[in-house]
Amino acid sequence: MKETPLSNCERRFLLRAIEEKKRLDGRQTYDYRNIKISFGTDYGCCIVELGKTRVLGQVSCELVSPKLNRATEGILFFNLELSQMAAPAFEPGRQSDLLVKLNRLLERCLRNSKCIDTESLCVVAGEKVWQIRVDLHLLNHDGNIIDAASIAAIVALCHFRRPDVSVQGEEVTLYTPEERDPVPLSVHHVPVCVSFAFFQQGTFLLVDPSEREERVMDGLLVIAVNKHREICTIQSSGGIMLLKEQVLRCSKIAGVKAAEITELIQKALENDRKVRKEGGKFGFAESIANQRITTFKMEEAPVDTSDVEEKAEEIIAETEPPPEVVSKPLLWSPGTAQIGGVENSWGDPEESEQEEEDTGSDEAVLLDGAEVDTAPEASNSGSQDTPIVLSDSEEEEMIILEPDKNPKKIRTQTVSTKQEKAPSKKPVKKRKKKTAN
Amino acid sequence: MADAAAVAAKSLAGSRARAASTVLGQVVLPGEELLLPEQEDAEGPESAGQRPLRLNAGTRSRVRVVCGPGLRRSGDRLLVTKCGRLRHKEHGGGGGGVYWVDSQQKRYVPVKGDHVIGIVTAKSGDIFKVDVGGSEPASLSYLAFEGATKRNRPNVQVGDLIYGQFVVANKDMEPEMVCIDSCGRANGMGVIGQDGLLFKVTLGLIRKLLAPDCEILQEVGKLYPLEIVFGMNGRIWVKAKTIQQTLILANILEACEHMTSDQRKQIFSRLAES
Repeated sequence: MKETPLSNCERRFLLRAIEEKKRLDGRQTYDYRNIKISFGTDYGCCIVELGKTRVLGQVSCELVSPKLNRATEGILFFNLELSQMAAPAFEPGRQSDLLVKLNRLLERCLRNSKCIDTESLCVVAGEKVWQIRVDLHLLNHDGNIIDAASIAAIVALCHFRRPDVSVQGEEVTLYTPEERDPVPLSVHHVPVCVSFAFFQQGTFLLVDPSEREERVMDGLLVIAVNKHREICTIQSSGGIMLLKEQVLRCSKIAGVKAAEITELIQKALENDRKVRKEGGKFGFAESIANQRITTFKMEEAPVDTSDVEEKAEEIIAETEPPPEVVSKPLLWSPGTAQIGGVENSWGDPEESEQEEEDTGSDEAVLLDGAEVDTAPEASNSGSQDTPIVLSDSEEEEMIILEPDKNPKKIRTQTVSTKQEKAPSKKPVKKRKKKTAN
Repeated sequence: MADAAAVAAKSLAGSRARAASTVLGQVVLPGEELLLPEQEDAEGPESAGQRPLRLNAGTRSRVRVVCGPGLRRSGDRLLVTKCGRLRHKEHGGGGGGVYWVDSQQKRYVPVKGDHVIGIVTAKSGDIFKVDVGGSEPASLSYLAFEGATKRNRPNVQVGDLIYGQFVVANKDMEPEMVCIDSCGRANGMGVIGQDGLLFKVTLGLIRKLLAPDCEILQEVGKLYPLEIVFGMNGRIWVKAKTIQQTLILANILEACEHMTSDQRKQIFSRLAES
């Protein structure tokens, strides 16, 4: 699908709001959204939620031969994928620019900064090394993919455990997880990307832009920092002119933010370690909370039934008695039978059609009346929406085709076939050219 | 003989087909088959192979049951096509009622007669192309505005917001929309003003907010004076006096989906005090 265009109205509103230092979700200029880190049952699997942006990270390892010019180092491989469920605009083959840009940035941030000790991944120099592969999937796109992805990657790497290997002379033994506990990777430092979005030619800046803000921004500055205030990567895109004070200020802010995020990561890892050690339950099923949709929930409201009896008696008294019941069906022609009295209690077909035209509102009243009797049942109260809200064509047709003047008339077995005779004209008249379904 | 046929039908389906009446209010999944009430007691001259739905073929069908959104007729049963809760409404005249599935959806499929908010993406010749959130942009003729003539064109730019309704919307053609009703009056439709905020919510929330006597809307109206437009395609446009108020309203409406009514009342009372 093509991406939804940004309307002038939204653009104007967002820029005005930013000038007044207001963000859509009520954050301050330098505030990050809520970061939530949850781990799966396997080592190396995690989901990071930055507001509504979600990234799933999974680390796996394999023994391979090393690169020729780096015979004693292991191999790190990063792959970020923009899943089609992240946004309607993501289609296979459609998002190549964004994808390439994000992948390059991630590689520079994590590989060139040497956050993972690759020397320790060597098993037999020149022959066997570990290849660590980090797969990241974007599950939902609500802005600032790069921050969420970098957090997910480093958290997954810190969480991962590789099988233990021992080398004795010429013998190399690879232990299974049952024989010896898997060993964590050696992580030197934790680099985190921090994004800054610029608006109005660099006048206003926001940290952690959401998807709407990303649409109207002029340029983006990404700084990858660790908690020791060491800058691992810095990239500016969008072609805006930045003053050196702005860049310095951003790097200071990035240092502070990275320290906070690193603390959060350490806490999450510590919690998970504790839970696993104590034998408690861990995994996504425990940590990802269920959200309840209350749109379809109807509150039970007390119904005033004080005068229902009198109303019912009045109605019963006013209605005509049901016609005499004739139990034997009369066969008019093959396919048409009649059970019940001979007179047509619907009255004249023309008369009732005219009445039909202007009793549209009465229909709603009658239906509401029917609800009074059955309201205490919460399950039936879904009917409150139907006649008017669900604009499904079948619903409307249903109401029109079975004009019902006296729903409270006490009928016995005379219901079914009698109805066919009277409304047979009405469907033809009232059909609003709905598509034949 | 009819009894035997009914029993055979049930046993063929095995444990898959359940009676619709037992599943009301529960979650059903796509692919499930549901039996209608009158198929459980095969009586009278009808055999179990009758189709009790819709097409009124003579008097063979005794009860008309309408299948609403999320359900399809398959043979003589209802086939579920969306996951959600099964609902039923009795029809007053004894017509068998309606069955439908309340499901959660964010993607919009154009339906004829729906009022939607669209964004103009292109102007070409006589028509505007309007993005309504469906698979194709809808076309809107420049004459479909109130008081528009060939000389007097409406003032619509690319990127404007339009509130209109569909006159043609089926799966075989691109949808067409208009900004006038059948009498030629605008009736609230047309270009939506310049300020204000547009945001997207799920389709279920829109239907809930547009239900008659919606409490949420009444409470929101008591908070601030506001203008609000709901599009059935999940888009809401809201405008209040200041940006802060507009943002508050937008956040409340988005959050209403997951809040219970108690939580909502608390939030409203807190806002009313400040």
